Amino acid sequence: MKKYLKFLPLLALGFVSCEPELDNPIDEAGFYTNGEADFSNYVAIGNSLTSGYADGSLYITGQKNSYPNILASKFAVTQETNGFDQPLVNDNYGGLVAGGQAIPGFETRYVLSVVDGDTLPRRYTGNTPTTDILNRLQGSFNNMGVPGAKSYHLLANGYGSFAGLQTNPPTSNPYFVRFASSDNTSVIADAMAQDPTFFTLWIGNTDVLSYATSGGAGIYQLDGDFASYGENDITNPAAFAGVYNLLVQQLTGNGAEGVLINIPNVTTLPYFTVVPFAPLSPLDPNFGPQIPTLNATFAPLNQAYAFLQSTERNIVFSQTAASAVLIRDESLPDLSQQLTQVLAGGGVDPATAGLYGMQYGQSRQATEDDLLLLTSSSVIGTVNQVRMQELMGFGLDQATAAQLSVNGVTYPLQDQYVLTPDEQLLVKNATIAYNVAISQIAETNTLGYVDANSLLNRISVDGGTVYEGIPISSTFVSGGAFSLDGVHLTPRGYAVIANEIINEINTTYNATVPAVEVGNYGTVTLNNDVQ
Amino acid sequence: MLLVLSAAVTYAGGYRVSTQGQRALAMGHTGVAVVNSAELGFFNPSGLVYLENKINVSAGVSGVFSDVVWQNEEFGQMARTDSPVGTPIYLYASYKVKDWVALGLSIYTPYGSSVEWEKDWPGSHLVNNIELAAIYVQPVASIKIAKYLSVGGGPIYVTGSVNFNRNLTRTLSDIDGNRSNVTIDASGVSAWGWSAGTMITPTENFRIGVNYRSEIMIDAEDGDATFSNIPNSPLTPFENTTFKASLPLPAELTVGLSYEFLNKWLFAFDYNRTYWDVYDSLDIDFTNPNVPDSQNPRNYKDSSIYRFGVQYDANEMFTLRAGYYFDESPVQAGYFAPETPRNDASGYTGGLSFNVNANFAIDASLLYIRFKEVQASYDPNPEDFPEYQGEPFGGTYKTSAIVPGLGITYKL
Repeated sequence: MKKYLKFLPLLALGFVSCEPELDNPIDEAGFYTNGEADFSNYVAIGNSLTSGYADGSLYITGQKNSYPNILASKFAVTQETNGFDQPLVNDNYGGLVAGGQAIPGFETRYVLSVVDGDTLPRRYTGNTPTTDILNRLQGSFNNMGVPGAKSYHLLANGYGSFAGLQTNPPTSNPYFVRFASSDNTSVIADAMAQDPTFFTLWIGNTDVLSYATSGGAGIYQLDGDFASYGENDITNPAAFAGVYNLLVQQLTGNGAEGVLINIPNVTTLPYFTVVPFAPLSPLDPNFGPQIPTLNATFAPLNQAYAFLQSTERNIVFSQTAASAVLIRDESLPDLSQQLTQVLAGGGVDPATAGLYGMQYGQSRQATEDDLLLLTSSSVIGTVNQVRMQELMGFGLDQATAAQLSVNGVTYPLQDQYVLTPDEQLLVKNATIAYNVAISQIAETNTLGYVDANSLLNRISVDGGTVYEGIPISSTFVSGGAFSLDGVHLTPRGYAVIANEIINEINTTYNATVPAVEVGNYGTVTLNNDVQ
Repeated sequence: MLLVLSAAVTYAGGYRVSTQGQRALAMGHTGVAVVNSAELGFFNPSGLVYLENKINVSAGVSGVFSDVVWQNEEFGQMARTDSPVGTPIYLYASYKVKDWVALGLSIYTPYGSSVEWEKDWPGSHLVNNIELAAIYVQPVASIKIAKYLSVGGGPIYVTGSVNFNRNLTRTLSDIDGNRSNVTIDASGVSAWGWSAGTMITPTENFRIGVNYRSEIMIDAEDGDATFSNIPNSPLTPFENTTFKASLPLPAELTVGLSYEFLNKWLFAFDYNRTYWDVYDSLDIDFTNPNVPDSQNPRNYKDSSIYRFGVQYDANEMFTLRAGYYFDESPVQAGYFAPETPRNDASGYTGGLSFNVNANFAIDASLLYIRFKEVQASYDPNPEDFPEYQGEPFGGTYKTSAIVPGLGITYKL
């Protein structure tokens, strides 16, 4: 027996080596380092961008690809962490219900579908939403991103109360109602209750975005009386800075480190750039043949504009090139009465003169400086039913009323579809002011600072950029960065953000958090359950 | 029954699995010039006629325990295979009809692979799991045409199967985020080949052997392609279909020698040349014209293995064996696919025979294959493979393999 006992060491050697081991395995302590940061309890605070919202909705795979969740998975290879919990919704369809009843305005996600040869984002209809906000989640959540939250909402007690949804205007947010620890708590209180050791804060987009996506329907607030704010108002920058500072004071109160992320210029989002200002093609069989009639109809109006020395308001449709849509611009002096008088004086019957004066007193054709909102693409060239009924109420027959109610052609596109240069300026000024505040607060508190604004700008200009070998641009649907709502990012877009945050952490906190492989994150979802 | 036993098997250069006899394997898998047992039915059928007994039978099975670990340092990713244990088998029988002629039957499994990665791991667009198996059945004849010279060989019937799953791309998913993937499955695919060899015995204790086994192309004609988790969209027209694909089992030439010395010792050397060059690309041609065909560049090159073994007759009961081989990988730089993650390897072998009685022996062997850790990538050259559209994939790989085996030898 002794003779073959000598083979035993060989046997042992073999079985021990059966599991392959690398010389420097990444899961060995010390391969990556957390540096001066402590990721053991990471909490992310923010709005939709932080929650993983995409495609006009919040759904599970979007949440799993949120930048905080990506970050947490990378943090976990540098040190032991307590994990990262997210308030996952109930399904991948998106949309919210309350007690089984659909909540208007919280619809299912967009998917990319092909219907009658048109490849477009459409709302998913394969299933109805199952996420009921009355089923309040238990426990605490590292991802405190609440879609729709503005800066000051994070401080607001009762922002997660169901009762607050039923007031007018609502004082709470259905997403936070789902996972607030109590009716009276605030987002920041629930975040702080977790005693974070590290945080990211990305807030302020909605403070200016809701104004922009409403086509400038709100106002630029001059004070910090948040209770008086309308939902489409621009948060006053000084008030924003005050709120932001309060948030950061709380978050850093226990010595936590973190990263502040600034606000992208929202007017570069596909939502504002997809629809061209001049979409009316003479080749369109529904539009082209009518151009001579339209131009003849508008000829007296243009003569009146000339008389009033306002030829920049002339309405002319080209037979050889695409024409700009007709828009209503609230910043223009209202010429209704003058127009009516001039038209009547020129021989137009009084009823028509009155109608034209009213309809075209504050209108002009769009220029390349106007931004048409994504929502306008489905209304341009269609008959505005409301307007048609109004006109019929004035005594017009239906055919004539319809002819004068074509959105963007005979009836000026209304305010909610257009962001005019004046409105863009307000957005731009607020964004700049917010970002100045954020960068100053980051510097004062020696926190990390990520310039998401210039990052998204790089993605949005000159056909995009190549990020770690992956081409990425803001081109709608195909660019890879933006989801099908034209505002929020795709998983790949969020992965880019996560990577930038990691770069900043590694620089600021001398850590070696590994990078994110951007190409492994998807973009838009194909699905044809849209009927 | 033995055919049922033969499940998938793993590892040697490419998907060659060198476990065709415990006695030979214990000696570094040398044997083209070793006259020892019916294992010659694989290594060099021409030598069967030199076996002393009239009836010789060898049979055995190995357990291939092999796994791979992969990591990408830049992105902090790591994955391990959890591959099932491969069980290559062999059965050889020979009968000496006359002093100058022996006939036999050989059944063996020289090719196979079984690799199972974690589902949806970072390389899942190349492979989630693969299982290849091929069973060779070969009637053989051995004829002594001169005192010092014999020839032998025979036709080979092969039946093979393949099951392969990978994700379609790095990101494509259905509405629930489940990754879109395809499984191709073909079994009972048969083909024919042959092997032939010769053995020269210049002196009593010195032999030279040459054996050649032909290339065999496994042409799957109507395998099943099953697509799963495909988005419900006309933009992704993948639907279940059949496919055509060809997988080569390459030709192998072996030359070698054996030398008996000091009465109880035997030294053997084999050189294998495996003609892997034939494996250029695994092209999967889906029958449904709407489903884009799949090109999987391989670009293998011919490779060599150098094998050394010694045998020592300790006493009447025990024969001890040890060996070493160096196995060159057929995989070229830039074509390191995680489906057959093979780099150059050294094999260390040992084993023994326990002679129960004059007719019956139990053979045991142990193979330990040592792979170097390797930085490698799969990034086919677009000039050579213009149709390939996948993204590069790479990292640090380390493979381990340990192969214990047990067999019997019977002679009468």
